[in-house]
Amino acid sequence: MHVPDGFLDAPTSVATGVVAAAAVGVALRRARTELDDRTAPLAGLVAAFVFAAQMINFPVGAGTSGHLMGGALAAVLVGPWTGLLCVAVVLVVQALFMADGGITALGTNVVLIGVVTALVGYVVFRGLQAVLPRRVGTVAPAAAIAAFVSVPVAALVFSLLFAIGGTAPVDAGKVLTAMLGWHVLIGIGEAVVTGLVVGAVVAVRPDLVRGARPLVAARELEIRTVAA
Amino acid sequence: MGAAHGHRLHHHGHSAVHRAPAHLKILTLVGFVLLVVATPREWYAVFPAYLAVVVGTVVAARVPLGWVLRRMVIEVPFLVFAALVPFVAHGPRTEVLGLSLSEPGLVAAWGLAVKGTLGVMASLTLAATTEPTEVLTGLRRLRLPPLLVEIMSFMLRYLDVVTADLGRTLTSMRSRGCEPRSPRHWPALARSLGALFIRSYERGERVHLAMLARGYTGTLPVTTATGTATTTVRASGTGR
Repeated sequence: MHVPDGFLDAPTSVATGVVAAAAVGVALRRARTELDDRTAPLAGLVAAFVFAAQMINFPVGAGTSGHLMGGALAAVLVGPWTGLLCVAVVLVVQALFMADGGITALGTNVVLIGVVTALVGYVVFRGLQAVLPRRVGTVAPAAAIAAFVSVPVAALVFSLLFAIGGTAPVDAGKVLTAMLGWHVLIGIGEAVVTGLVVGAVVAVRPDLVRGARPLVAARELEIRTVAA
Repeated sequence: MGAAHGHRLHHHGHSAVHRAPAHLKILTLVGFVLLVVATPREWYAVFPAYLAVVVGTVVAARVPLGWVLRRMVIEVPFLVFAALVPFVAHGPRTEVLGLSLSEPGLVAAWGLAVKGTLGVMASLTLAATTEPTEVLTGLRRLRLPPLLVEIMSFMLRYLDVVTADLGRTLTSMRSRGCEPRSPRHWPALARSLGALFIRSYERGERVHLAMLARGYTGTLPVTTATGTATTTVRASGTGR
């Protein structure tokens, strides 16, 4: 899903770069409120975790493989702004050190894989939490649905960018249907893995999951006496 | 767990390209690839010149060409996509080897393949000739927000620790007859990833405490690429 150099024309790449820079600028300030002066080491370690999680390739069929995008996962685990920042840092490192994703397409990739998935994922997650019963058990399913929605939305935004600045004379409608169809499938995988990972963390350390924190704080300390 | 990890893509050397300041190399890379992307793909004669520039830089850096070529497999999925474009693109058709292909699609596929390839080659050249710490110094000189560079430096510092942790988990899953890539074993994989997240997060908390113990007040002392871990400790240990 990493967009390479030359896929979108130069003006579109520069424009998405400006949007990405602005979003990262906002995220830098907001992440401070999510993590205070622990931001640098914690976001760095979470970024390393997102990178590691992306390394696992799943066979998608026809000889190709896909991997976790992790935007919604990071947003639920550490909050939307820190999550956005972590995925953006992962993309910068991949572009600069591993030639994965074009250097001029970095802005496009940050917008699609970082900004869109993290923010859409988090908005969907919060919306679901508002309607679902306030129990810790609902965090993982809500995260799964958020992840499922975030992937096709990213594909939709990509199709829009392609319609504006695409360099191949392929019908925009065709691109949209192909991208949406394909990414609904990818979204299912993303949803299952995200839901299971969030569920696993919630089961052991619910206090670490940003999306579960309001529910954990609401629990009261119980003092029980045990018969001797 | 030394302070400076040599990166997998780094090719050690002492050429002029290796020694050039990192911020200039990053600016050159971005400017060059932007120029390539902005060049109309019908200007066929210009692209061999671009290729000559990249290959010339690789040769000047004394990085073996085969080394770069082998690492270019990363763009294969994209080349497959470029090869599909002539089949699905619209416009007048033409016969090539008995296949009906779209003419503008062929031109577009050429453009995608050549620009993508030049971008990957140029990026690999930067990665091959620049140590990660130098890239971070370069980004700092380019006035990237200090917090962003700090997050990147922590990520790079612990990347090998975290990925090795995951590698060991996957090995032990496989030794128990579990295939992490198969959807059947996703629950087990997800629990491992959950544990990896908790371990990474807690490591971050410990790193933060260790920094506080050395006098961290919210900003890191800037060390140069040649600076050692001792100077970091000393600079932050003097209680600013």
